Amino acid sequence: MTAELAGIPQAAGRHTRVSGTGDAIFRGLTFVFALLVLAVLGGVILSLIEGALPALRRFGVGFLVTDVWNPVTENFGALAPIYGTLVTSLIAMLIAVPVAFGIALFITELCPRWLKRPLATMIELLAAIPSIIYGVWGLFVLAPFIQEHVEPLLIDTLGNIPGIGLLFAGPPLGIGVLTAGFILAIMVLPFISAIMRDVFETVPQVLKESAFGLGATTAEVVWRVALPYARVGAIGGILLGLGRALGETMAITFVIGNSHHIHASLLQPGTTISAALANEFTEAVGDLYQSSLIALGLILFAITFVVLAIARLLRYRIERVGAA
Amino acid sequence: MSFRRLTRLAGALAAICVALPAAAADISGAGATFPYPIYAKWAEAYKAKTGTSMNYQSIGSGGGIKQITAKTVDFGASDMPLKPEDLAKNGLQQWPMIMGGVVLVINLKGIAPGQLKLDGKTLAEMYLGTIAKWNDPAIAALNPGLTLPNKAIATIHRSDGSGTNFIFTHYLSEVDAGFKAKVGENTSVEFPGGLGGKGNEGVAALTGRTDGAIGYVEYAYALQNKMNYTLLKNRDGAFVSPTMATFQAAAANADWSKAAGFYLLLTDQPGKDSWPITGATFVLMHKTQAKPEIAHAVLSFFDWAYHNGGKMAEDLAYVPMPANVGTMVEESWKSVQGPDGKPVWDGKS
Repeated sequence: MTAELAGIPQAAGRHTRVSGTGDAIFRGLTFVFALLVLAVLGGVILSLIEGALPALRRFGVGFLVTDVWNPVTENFGALAPIYGTLVTSLIAMLIAVPVAFGIALFITELCPRWLKRPLATMIELLAAIPSIIYGVWGLFVLAPFIQEHVEPLLIDTLGNIPGIGLLFAGPPLGIGVLTAGFILAIMVLPFISAIMRDVFETVPQVLKESAFGLGATTAEVVWRVALPYARVGAIGGILLGLGRALGETMAITFVIGNSHHIHASLLQPGTTISAALANEFTEAVGDLYQSSLIALGLILFAITFVVLAIARLLRYRIERVGAA
Repeated sequence: MSFRRLTRLAGALAAICVALPAAAADISGAGATFPYPIYAKWAEAYKAKTGTSMNYQSIGSGGGIKQITAKTVDFGASDMPLKPEDLAKNGLQQWPMIMGGVVLVINLKGIAPGQLKLDGKTLAEMYLGTIAKWNDPAIAALNPGLTLPNKAIATIHRSDGSGTNFIFTHYLSEVDAGFKAKVGENTSVEFPGGLGGKGNEGVAALTGRTDGAIGYVEYAYALQNKMNYTLLKNRDGAFVSPTMATFQAAAANADWSKAAGFYLLLTDQPGKDSWPITGATFVLMHKTQAKPEIAHAVLSFFDWAYHNGGKMAEDLAYVPMPANVGTMVEESWKSVQGPDGKPVWDGKS
């Protein structure tokens, strides 16, 4: 009797202990996986810094503000690629954000029900096209089109305005910073519009219905109700798109013209950090050359890290607002 | 029954798996992209004949030098020869394997292939940006009777580091002191202006698309794509067309016997038929070999290529090395030694 009584808790105890160790192992394992990500991230940062050290020691802060890139004399400065990265991304955002906003708005608020799903799927399919395809298409289709139709128009109109005209000076080459910005805009469009659409859909139906009930027009509902509600999330989407634009490589390499010089005109060739890496890494002979390229990578890492951190912060805020 | 067949099959498969790597001493190389098509073709023919497979990764000349220095491959390949002191520092030796030419291609309406004549100095100034229009007096003086448009010159260059870049900038530095001072020679350089395309295909695409463009590509590339090429004035003052014959003429004039470590560049060679932008591509190996049998397999492959690969090379628009250079190269292989200090190459494959 006593043995039996003692046996029950024993068995139960053994049972709990067994599952307890299983849980612990499982928890430990998942924890290790999570740590692994952090370790890889830390390792990447450390090796980037280590690789970049010779260049940073040699050129100092000057590396960030000079636009020479001369492998023959081993004199390197990152200003031209940094400038190109930021300017192409800015052009992409100027084009993509309003268009993505319009798409998201149309799909969530104005689109007939039957068109909603096919349209959304098609826009998301844009995101599935590999970037090398965008590059080839950009070189053979978009660049000639821009050279023959868009750039002459820009030169004849905006090019004549004092000040702004400088941005649109020079011969229409079709290859350059502007074309790279166009390609980037098309590439980030699906990302931004998808997130914006999701965000617009979080606007409670009750809010919109009450606005309509008060006699608001569709435009008023969008501007006064939906937009303020979705503002933070939309900005998060824009920043995610920006993060992608900053790091895009192959498509840019094809159409930007790969020149390590800063031109005032957007129609002239330039380069970006990732394009310079893709072009030059294989044949970078010499420690300083290679180190300078790694330093470029480190700078890109820092830029995208800041952008993504801001995006994450904004998303965190909208999640809290949504929960409240 | 079926189970026994299955085990027999599995056994046979396992035997094949074990036997395969042992069947032949496979050799590996890495480096220049320029000779990749011919190395691949030679490797295919050589495997069919001897069973030895040669695996070549075309990662670029700079990569090839790095890989052979780090001993991750059996041989390296580079379009830019290493200077004798750099060879000595890393315990390497090199020899020329195959030659080719760099061709100028243009996109200029109304000008037929082979009609436009240029010389080295004019070309250098075009790439420096000091000659900016096609109707510049310097170009017009070389082309009496040709109507040149008042159009901006768009110079197209390789944006990726490349042996083609090296041969091209070496030539321009040789013929124009200004180019040497402002740009210099390397596998990648800082051009003062113009557009950069990635690879031969990038340069070809940009040249083909941009009105008023001039670019430089490997001969085979211009030939296959039927691009509009120019003539070039050589050292003897003759205007020559880029063909196999003019590359061979440039190669024939080169005196390899006087070049220490085979450090010799074939640009701007004398002779009235010599194409001025010709270059050889090189193979690099360590002088001391830990595994003599692998080194022997590598040398056997290149020995076979010297003797049997000429026709295949010409089919792909490469210029084979003259026979006497092959003899000189094989003579130099005596300094490739095993750990016991004995030469690896005995003249027999």
